[in-house]
Amino acid sequence: MEIKEQTEIKEWVKAAAVEDFPRNGGAAVLVNGEQIAVFNFTNEGRWFATQNQCPHKGEMAISRGLTGDSEGHPKVACPFHKKTFSLEDGKCLTDEEFQLKTFPVKIEEGYVLIGIE
Amino acid sequence: MKKRIVLIGNGMTGYKFCEKFASSPLKEQYKLVVFGEEPHPAYDRVHLTSYYTGTVPDELLLAPAGWYDEHNIELLTNEKVIAIDREAKTVSSEKEKTYSYDILVLATGSSAFVPPIEGIEKEGVFVYRTFDDIDKIKKYIPKASKAAVIGGGLLGLEAAKAVLDDGLPTSIIEFASRLMPRQLDPQGANILKSKLENFDLEVLLNKSTEKITGNGKLEGLQFADGSTLDADLLVISAGIRPRDELARSAGLEVHQRGGIVVNSKMETADPSIFAIGECVVVHNMVWGLVAPCYEMAEILVNNIGGQSQEFLGFDLSSKLKLIGTDVASFGEALVESDKIKTIVYENKSRGIYKRLNISEDGKYLLGGILVGEAEEYNMLKQVVNNKIALPENPEDFILGARGGEGAAGIGVGDLPDTAAICSCENITKGDILSAIETDGAESVPKIKKCTKAGTGCGGCAPMLDDLLIHYMKSQGREVRKTICEHFDYTRQELYDLIKINEFKSYDELILAYGKGSGCETCKPVVASLLASIWNDLITKQDTIQDTNDRFLANIQQRGVYSVVPRIPGGEITPEKLIVIGQVAKKYDLYTKITGGQRIDLFGARVDQLPAIWEELIDAGFESGHAYGKSLRTVKSCVGSTWCRYGMHDSVSFAIEVEDRYKGLRSPHKLKGGVSGCVRECAEARGKDFGIIATEKGWNLFVCGNGGANPRHADLLASDIDKETVVKYLDRFLMYYIKTAEPLTRTSKWLASLEGGLGYLKDVVVKDSLGIGNKLEEEMAELISHYKCEWTEVVRTPELRNKFRHFVNSDEIDNNIKFVPLRDQKIPAKA
Repeated sequence: MEIKEQTEIKEWVKAAAVEDFPRNGGAAVLVNGEQIAVFNFTNEGRWFATQNQCPHKGEMAISRGLTGDSEGHPKVACPFHKKTFSLEDGKCLTDEEFQLKTFPVKIEEGYVLIGIE
Repeated sequence: MKKRIVLIGNGMTGYKFCEKFASSPLKEQYKLVVFGEEPHPAYDRVHLTSYYTGTVPDELLLAPAGWYDEHNIELLTNEKVIAIDREAKTVSSEKEKTYSYDILVLATGSSAFVPPIEGIEKEGVFVYRTFDDIDKIKKYIPKASKAAVIGGGLLGLEAAKAVLDDGLPTSIIEFASRLMPRQLDPQGANILKSKLENFDLEVLLNKSTEKITGNGKLEGLQFADGSTLDADLLVISAGIRPRDELARSAGLEVHQRGGIVVNSKMETADPSIFAIGECVVVHNMVWGLVAPCYEMAEILVNNIGGQSQEFLGFDLSSKLKLIGTDVASFGEALVESDKIKTIVYENKSRGIYKRLNISEDGKYLLGGILVGEAEEYNMLKQVVNNKIALPENPEDFILGARGGEGAAGIGVGDLPDTAAICSCENITKGDILSAIETDGAESVPKIKKCTKAGTGCGGCAPMLDDLLIHYMKSQGREVRKTICEHFDYTRQELYDLIKINEFKSYDELILAYGKGSGCETCKPVVASLLASIWNDLITKQDTIQDTNDRFLANIQQRGVYSVVPRIPGGEITPEKLIVIGQVAKKYDLYTKITGGQRIDLFGARVDQLPAIWEELIDAGFESGHAYGKSLRTVKSCVGSTWCRYGMHDSVSFAIEVEDRYKGLRSPHKLKGGVSGCVRECAEARGKDFGIIATEKGWNLFVCGNGGANPRHADLLASDIDKETVVKYLDRFLMYYIKTAEPLTRTSKWLASLEGGLGYLKDVVVKDSLGIGNKLEEEMAELISHYKCEWTEVVRTPELRNKFRHFVNSDEIDNNIKFVPLRDQKIPAKA
């Protein structure tokens, strides 16, 4: 599994203010015309980002999924058919053939920044 | 130096030989060398279809490649043996290597039988047997538009379902006059056929394929009766052919219909050569199921070790699930004779067929067939195999007990310790009980790990569960059903913890009693519990709500939502109807009348929901909770106010009851109905609670449902007045909310409630637990907290602001697209 290296990032794009995102949940942002799902794990102080489109049936819905963890590894379940994806590498945990693109996230001065290749 | 056993074949039987070898004293005397012609080590071919649907090969391996090394077994995959030299006692492989043996075991298995049809070599024709076959089919699917499967047996139907699920219209072609001719009789096969046809699988019987047409590529099939079928992908599943070519060329005896001939000790005529599995003919037949092949492997290991065991034939009972339809046959399923008695139950409208074959004296069960519903399979198979004397009314096995309460006849407790529970691994009831008792295997996964029971076909898993529960009960203990890895508590325990600690949020609960970040299982369960206990506004904790509850609307294709205002009892004024029409028109929503007597508006974007609801609320509507595990509708017939047969005013009562319980959140959705007379036009007995007018008052029925497994509600109390109906309903619903497992409808809850309907009557009507008042008070408390969720959202800017597609933009989701249909719109296919 490929995990994106920081060096590939061409640009950090300011997505929205931290308080625009729900606690322990996700929301979608539009970044350079692309739909990206951002997840705020308030309890762990961690953030994750993936493509918003579920690769299973193509719905723009990953951001509306329930978040959580499986043995400590963060994951999200697509609200449509409950396919679950690792937020660490985007791999589908219930069906090998699907994969989400992941993006690095950082917080600066109260804003959520997404790293775009 | 150790002597050498060479095993040709690393399929399921070959692997079983390795496994038994590794745990026997033989490993001290012999070195085992195994040849497999496929690139993967042995895998679970029984579950090949799960590879088709995406399971990775590694998960289907019977043992990882490293296992063979660890047990000092030399495994050579991708190495096909092409010759045996019996004089020199050597085998040679395709890679031109030669290996000597002291003992040679042939477990060469079988290949798919490909009938000699003209044109069979064309592109687009496949078999369904190995990982490689499936890779080839998958690769071809995008080029194909119509599939056909030759062979209406077990494997053919699985293959047909797999290609159908990949989006290809599919036809099944069977040479015989019925599907699964080896397992089913004509009546059972007919029921299966209509089930398959409901799923858009075409079934063609009595068809002998004569020619495969097309220019290089398959384009169609031509049958002996002159008819034709268009298809550009063909899967052949016309049975198996034993792989006996190696034995044949080595001069060993093979059967005229194929198969290496061995005796019941698995011996060939050559004292150094043995054969096991699907490649052999023993007792004049090829044994094409995994369980007898496993038995042969075990017998051979023991015999090489000096024993003298014999393979005496095997129970060929089978059960499988095809497209959601259970199909099982056991014992002597197909006997036709005057010497037996049969009991047959057929329900064409529900697609169920059951047949029991009983001995002439009525004492023993010989075999039978189950289609459409096969929960009784494991127990019936046990009754046959253990020759258990039949109860007085054996029909109770397939009809369920009538008249009295409690289940029919015989349970796991009645089985002897020698009863084989897992026939794939040959594990008895005694083995399983001793694993529970002495090895502490107190869960089904632990039993599987400890005994290997349930690791073959998996069919005995429900029986493992029953045995565990039976054992625990005999010890006065219970099996705990904990929620998930984040909470080591049952739903009922969490209910009490939330109440006692007065927790109002998920975060408080997980900090105090759970671990980690939660998941998609525990979050909605806790959300439902919090709502059932406090009836607070669920939107305050939107990110723990399940899909539809998060945005108070049902998510539909393409991520748009539907809107269902409450229309209590199905009664609506013309003014309100006009408002619904105006709102639908303004926002261009698709409208449809629901089964619950209300109107569903489809196709709203998430950002449009608050504005739509604002207009509906201004006109006097409330949320219909169509999105929640909560009260949906109380359906009514028109009742005595208009109907000339009506006994009482069912509409007024339905409205009263719907208004009372609206917004009540429960383990699963709740539906009700009120009928004004016994004609039952409101279909109230198909609901979680149904109220039906009688001359003297009302009859109250509970725990019915429609859906996939319809069930008529049972009578809880008769001829009671309205106040008593409401009192009993309060108690019944509250008791259900407090004790049911998550996502369990009332009917399933009742089925698992110890003591069944009798006990429920005791609690609700006779108040045997003395909790009647408390239940009523708790219900009154919940009702007093009711607020329309949508009204709250529309009037609270902070909540309203959550209904946006992007948090950083007012753009709408450009993935949403519609196409027209009959003057309205529907979502375009993604």
